[in-house]
Amino acid sequence: MFDTLSDRLTSALAGLRGKGRLSDADIDATAREIRIALLEADVALPVVRQFVAQIKERAKGSEVSGALNPAQQVIKIVNEELIGILGGATRRLELAKVPPTVIMLAGLQGSGKTTLAGKLALWLRSQGHTPLLVAADLQRPNAVTQLQIVGQQAGVQVYAPEPGNGVGDPVDVSRRGVAEARARHYDIVVVDTAGRLGIDAEMMRQAVDIRDAVRPNEILFVIDAMIGQDAVSTSEAFRDGVGFSGVVLTKLDGDARGGAALSVRQVTGAPILFASNGERLEDFDVFHPDRMASRILGMGDLLTLIEQAEQAFDAEQAEQTAAKIGSGDLTLEDFLEQMLAIRKMGPIANLLGMLPGAAGMKEQLAQVDDKQLDRLQAIIRGMTPAERADPKIINASRRQRIARGSGVAVSEVNQLVERFFEARKMMQQMAGRFGFGAGPGRRGRKARKGGKKGKGRGPTPPRTPRALPGGLPAGLPGGLPSGMPDLSELSGLDQLPPGFDPSKLRFPKK
Amino acid sequence: MRLRGRLAKSRSAFGQSLLGLLGAGDLDEDSWTDVEDTLLLADLGAATTTEIVDRLRAELAARAVRTAEQARAALRDVLIEALRPELDRAVRALPHNGADGVSVPGVVLIAGVNGTGKTTTTGKLARVLVADGRRVLLGAADTFRAAAVEQLSTWGERAGAEVVRGAEGADPASVAFDAVKRGSVDGVDTVLIDTAGRLHTKTGLMDELGKVKRVISKQTEVDEVLLVLDATTGQNGIMQARVFREVVDITGIVLTKLDGTAKGGIVFHVQRELGVPVKLVGLGEGVDDLAPFEPAAFVDALLD
Ligand SMILES: Nc1nc2c(ncn2[C@@H]2O[C@H](COP(=O)(O)OP(=O)(O)OP(=O)(O)O)[C@@H](O)[C@H]2O)c(=O)[nH]1
Ligand SMILES: [Mg+2]
Repeated sequence: MFDTLSDRLTSALAGLRGKGRLSDADIDATAREIRIALLEADVALPVVRQFVAQIKERAKGSEVSGALNPAQQVIKIVNEELIGILGGATRRLELAKVPPTVIMLAGLQGSGKTTLAGKLALWLRSQGHTPLLVAADLQRPNAVTQLQIVGQQAGVQVYAPEPGNGVGDPVDVSRRGVAEARARHYDIVVVDTAGRLGIDAEMMRQAVDIRDAVRPNEILFVIDAMIGQDAVSTSEAFRDGVGFSGVVLTKLDGDARGGAALSVRQVTGAPILFASNGERLEDFDVFHPDRMASRILGMGDLLTLIEQAEQAFDAEQAEQTAAKIGSGDLTLEDFLEQMLAIRKMGPIANLLGMLPGAAGMKEQLAQVDDKQLDRLQAIIRGMTPAERADPKIINASRRQRIARGSGVAVSEVNQLVERFFEARKMMQQMAGRFGFGAGPGRRGRKARKGGKKGKGRGPTPPRTPRALPGGLPAGLPGGLPSGMPDLSELSGLDQLPPGFDPSKLRFPKK
Repeated sequence: MRLRGRLAKSRSAFGQSLLGLLGAGDLDEDSWTDVEDTLLLADLGAATTTEIVDRLRAELAARAVRTAEQARAALRDVLIEALRPELDRAVRALPHNGADGVSVPGVVLIAGVNGTGKTTTTGKLARVLVADGRRVLLGAADTFRAAAVEQLSTWGERAGAEVVRGAEGADPASVAFDAVKRGSVDGVDTVLIDTAGRLHTKTGLMDELGKVKRVISKQTEVDEVLLVLDATTGQNGIMQARVFREVVDITGIVLTKLDGTAKGGIVFHVQRELGVPVKLVGLGEGVDDLAPFEPAAFVDALLD
C-alpha cells in the first residue's frame, strides 16, 4: 500500500517517462489513484467524483513538459485544483457597520466550539477589538464554567447569567448577551452554543431561535478536521437548518488529512475562515488553502519543494544537494544548511510535508516545530566538521560529548543521527523514483518503522489473560429504565457471556 | 443541486432499489457501484470496501444467488462476519481477587482524542453499574481541560458515584493512583478513570497517558482500557487506535455519537487490524444512552 498520492501516481505512471502526452489510458489510471487517495483523506464520495472528473478534463491532452515527469505533472494539476476550490473567495470576518458585531458558533458535539470561542476572543483582542463571550451552551455539563475559564485565559469578559447543565434559556441568554455588549460598548460578541446533531430537529430549531434573536453578522460552522463522510450530511443539515456564513476547521494539529475541508467548501460554498491547531489559545490562524491542499494530498511534493527551494537557495546549490540526495552523500552539514534555508521559506510544518519520503516520517514530522528545529541546530552546531561530514563516525562517546556541549540529552543526539540516516536513505530512494540524482530508485521504502517508538513511551507490559477476570457483561447489568437489556439474573457472576437482545439496541431511524 | 441529488441517491439506493442481478451469482454494474458507495459513505475506507466487495463477490458466486433479497442478505452476512461477532465484548469492570487473594475493584481507564465523549461515557458507564447495585468511584484524571473536573463531578452526581479529584493542574497519574487507592480502601466495586482528550500525535501527552496506566498498575492491574472513538471520525480513526494501542494497550472500543447520521464504519478497519473489539456504543447525551455493541444491529443501521 502506498501512503500518499505521489507514491500512488508514481507507481501508476511508472511506465510513462518520455512519452509526449498523457493518453486517455494514463489519465484513467491516474484518476483511479487520485480517487482512492482522496477517499483515504476523507473527502466525501460525491465530492471526490466531481473533483476527479474535473481533473480528468484538465489533464486530457496536456503536454508532458520537459522538466516534469507525468506523475509530477498530474500532482501539479491536482494541487492547483485543490487550492482553487479551497481558496476560492477567501475573505475576512464581516464586521457590523454599527457595533457590536455578532458572531454565532454552531456545530456538532465535541467539535471544539468552546475552546474556539476562547481562541477567537484572544485573536480578536490582538486585532484591537474588545470581544464579549456569551455562554449559551446550557446543555453540556459545565460548558459554562469551561467558557468562563477560557475567557479568563484569553483576558476577555464572559457573559454567563445562567448556570447551564440544563438550566436557563439559551435564546434569552444570547439576546441579553448582545444587549449587554451594546450597553457596555463591546464591539464584538461571540455566542457559544451547545453542540447539536444535524438531525436533531428540536435542537436545530433552538439554533434558529438564537440566530433570530441575535441577528449574527457571521455564523461560523465549527467542524472537526477528523470527520469522515458525514461531513456532507452534517454541513448540509447545518446549512439548511440554521445556515452559516463561514467555516472553522479544528484539531488540525493531529494527523487527519482533513478532506472534510474540501467537502464542506464544495458542498456548501461557504469559505473556510480559520484553522485551529492546538489546545493552547494561541493555536489559531486564518486558513491557508495551499497548506490544506498539500495536506489533503499527503504527498511529498517534490515539485513544490523544488520550486520553492529554487527561490531560496541558488540553483547551483540546489543542484548539488539534489545530486547528493540522489547519491546518498548528503551530510549533516547539508542537512543543517537545508533546514536553515527551508526556515527562510516559511512555516516549517508546511515544507516538511513536501519532503519526499515524508510519509514514512509523518508522526515525527508532526512533532517538529521551530523550537525543535532550534535544538536540532544546536546539536549539529555542537559537532565537529568531520562529524558533520561523515556522521557515521559519531560513536557513543562522541554523542555524549555533543549532548553535553549543546545542552541536550544523549537520546536527542541519538535520535537526530538516526533520523538523519533514515531521511537520507529515503530521500535517495525517492530521488531515484522521481528520476533525478543517481539513486538506485528502489521502490520498497517502508524502511523505517521502528524509529517511531524509540523514545520515552512507557513499556506497556503485554496483557496476560487472567483466569478470574472481573467482567461487566457486554450485555451490561440489568435493572435500567430504558434500552438496557435485562441480565439481572446473571449479575451474580463475575463474568458474563456477551449475549444480549439486539432488539433493545436503539439505533435511531431517520 | 446536482451533488446533492447524487448523494441522496447513493444514500438511499441500497435501501430502496432492488439489487440488479445479471444472472445467478453476479450483480450488474450499477448494483456493484451502489454496494461500494454504501460502504464508502459509511466510512469503511477504500481498502476495507474493496475487501468487502471481493468477499461479497465470492459469496454471491458460492451461494448462486438468484434474487435481490438473497444478495442483500449475503452482503449483510459478509459485513457481520467482518465485524467478528465471536469476539469477547465483555467490559471488565467488576471486582476480582488481586494477586494476594484480596478482592480489588475493577479498574477501567477511559482514553481518546479530544471531544469524542470520554467524560460522557464515563458518566454513563457509572450509571449502568450503579443501577446494577455497584459502588463506583470516578477518578478525574483530566486535570488539563478547563472545567473538566466539574463536568465529571456533574456526571458523578447524575450517576450516583463519588469523584476523586486532584488539585488544579495536578499530575493526572497521581490523581488516578489516588482514585484507585481510595477505591481499594473503601472497597468499591469499580473505579473509572476519565482522562484528558489528547491527539495521538502528541508524544508528550501520549507519554503522560502511558504513565497514568503504569502508575495505576503499581497498585493493581488496569482491567479495561477503553478507547472512545467518535462515529463521525473518518479514516483518522485507525491512526488514533494504533497509537493508543501502542501506548496503553487498549482492550475495547466505545463508539459514540451513533445517534447522528454518521455510521462509524471505521471500526471495521480498527477491529480487523488491532483485533480489539468494539464493546459499547454511545447513542445520545442522556445518562442512559449507552448500549452494548451488537454487530448485526450495527450492520442493519449501516445498510439502512
Ligand atoms: N449526540 C451524542 N453526543 C454525545 C455522545 N457522547 C458524548 N456526546 C457529546 O459530545 C460532547 C463531548 O463529550 P465529552 O464527554 O465532553 O467528550 P470528552 O471526550 O470527554 O471531551 P474532552 O475531555 O474535552 O476531550 C458533549 O457535548 C457530549 O454531550 C453521544 O453518544 N451522542
Ligand atoms: Mg472529558
